[in-house]
Amino acid sequence: MWQFVVDRWADISYRSFQHVSLVVQSVLLATVIAVSVALLVTSYAKLKPVANFITSVGLTLPSLALLGLLLPLVGIGTLPAVIVVTFYATLPILRNAVVGLESVSPNLLESARGMGMGQLRTFADVRLPLAWPVIVAGLRVSTQMSMGVAAIAAYALGPGLGGYIFTGLAQIGGANAVNYALVATIGIVILALLLDLGLLVIERLTTSKGIRI
Amino acid sequence: MSTDTDRTPDHSSNTTEVSGVEIVFDEVVKTYPGLQYPAVDRLSITIPAGEIVMFVGPSGCGKTTSLKMINRLLEPTSGTITIDGVDIRKRDDDDLRRHIGFVIQGGSLFPHMTVAQNIAMVPKLLKWDKSRTADRVEELLDLVGLDPGRFRDRFPRELSGGEQQRVGVARGLAADPPVILMDEPFGAVDPITRQRLQDELLTIQEALRKTIVCVTHDIDEAIKLGDRILITEASAKVAQYDTPANILSSPANDFVRDFVGAGSALKTLSLSRVDEVQLYHQSSARVGESLAEVTRRARDHGDRSVILLDRNDRPLDWVWLSDLEGDQIREPRHDRDMLTVSHLATLNDALNSMLVSIHDGVVVTGGNDKYVGVAGFTEVTQLITRKATEAHERETADIARAPSDEELDEQIDEVPDAGSGDDDGDDDDRQRPEGE
Repeated sequence: MWQFVVDRWADISYRSFQHVSLVVQSVLLATVIAVSVALLVTSYAKLKPVANFITSVGLTLPSLALLGLLLPLVGIGTLPAVIVVTFYATLPILRNAVVGLESVSPNLLESARGMGMGQLRTFADVRLPLAWPVIVAGLRVSTQMSMGVAAIAAYALGPGLGGYIFTGLAQIGGANAVNYALVATIGIVILALLLDLGLLVIERLTTSKGIRI
Repeated sequence: MSTDTDRTPDHSSNTTEVSGVEIVFDEVVKTYPGLQYPAVDRLSITIPAGEIVMFVGPSGCGKTTSLKMINRLLEPTSGTITIDGVDIRKRDDDDLRRHIGFVIQGGSLFPHMTVAQNIAMVPKLLKWDKSRTADRVEELLDLVGLDPGRFRDRFPRELSGGEQQRVGVARGLAADPPVILMDEPFGAVDPITRQRLQDELLTIQEALRKTIVCVTHDIDEAIKLGDRILITEASAKVAQYDTPANILSSPANDFVRDFVGAGSALKTLSLSRVDEVQLYHQSSARVGESLAEVTRRARDHGDRSVILLDRNDRPLDWVWLSDLEGDQIREPRHDRDMLTVSHLATLNDALNSMLVSIHDGVVVTGGNDKYVGVAGFTEVTQLITRKATEAHERETADIARAPSDEELDEQIDEVPDAGSGDDDGDDDDRQRPEGE
């Protein structure tokens, strides 16, 4: 197996980079979508059950099935991978963002309004910073999950280490089948841990000392 | 104890410039959809510039609703409110609110911002430059009695309840607004801290003369702080709007009489301030002075104990001469705050503080928390006796028009103690006008 890694080092590192890049970009996109939707949901109480329904049902959808549904619409390659990863990444962040934004005390919001802070400023200066630790917790869950979903997205010839897993599965019984599957799996786990560490650091840096637990 | 009358502070001169402005309610109505009775029904009052006006009344009587209409957190259904002659609806709501201080229970500080950031919020919204804002923050922390060096960069969770409330007041004053609105500002702190915060507010107001509108359910707080008190029944119907002295001496109707417990000699104690007491000028000692000198001075004056003062003449401790050691007066070893009362505190406050003191008196402070003198137990009780006798004489003179005791008892049964609880809704049915 060592020889396998050494022989394909350039390809493995390139695929690792692609994998992380796919996840990071999709999670970033998902964060923006999730926070915007959460803002909408917390402003209009009627939307809340709808959002909860979508997050619960969404997570039960098999990612392979969703990928299959997307193929006729957007073809193969990077695009379906980005769509699928972003879709799943959005759900945990959305759920946490709703909880986080709702947990901001109404007294504080009234205080902000009473001081003459507009809607936008109240969101940027009060609601978002206070909800942030909860949102980041969702972001971390979401990133871990996306590492796995990104591997499956390789089924539609998406980028990343997932390709190795499918190669391995296709060649079962062949010389390097186990190596392919194992290297990809271990690689994804290591990358996921590294990403989580990075997010932990970001969480520390972006959360006010006044509300750090 | 000898008395030292020339130490009596002269704070009654109202020469300070009034920085507040007049607020006028004209036929203001607020109805909520689905509710049978309006929350506020045709309220018309004038709040004079530079005065503290207290809104008191039972829960759900519309006092908070009335307050929040002043800064347009709630919009009146009809009627107009003017501030300094300008209809508030003609002003942009955010801009209006930036020029009205808003202080609510517990301070309601933003937990993710430091003390300085919290106070600087409104100046930031008004786009003050950084150095002006920073100077203002220092000034305000000093004003509310918090050392800027120690408190500026702390987060709210690192402060006690009283400290948070002080920062809340500082934040309300930040942009020097002419009007300050307070909603149950001192409801969330213990009684001793509350008394201190009230004293401090009175001291600050003495210097600033803002127009302060304050909602409370505590009639004693209203009597202590208010230049005027608005007592409301359900739907913010004005039961009486007058000075505390007039409300206590001539309540407008039975509702007011029951609500304030008027006629009770003890209530009038809240009207008498510590500066009416003849203060005793207990010997004092500044940190760093020679012990021999201090001892000599105290003995000459006939004192066995001295008040320790810091460099700004603020009292630190009240110590027996026999407990002092060394050549020089040193800072007290303990770090606790000394229990003092402001010269604007009520006799009630003074008595309360004496109960927890080992000396038979309480240290009185004036402006900037400087030491003024000691209010002795004997002097305070003598003044109380005199006041009570006066009140009793007034009452006997009024006996002809006052209701009999039986009638009063019945009314007390009907309208329970107004100071109890503030759960919304529980008083609603009871406070409805009869015959509906």
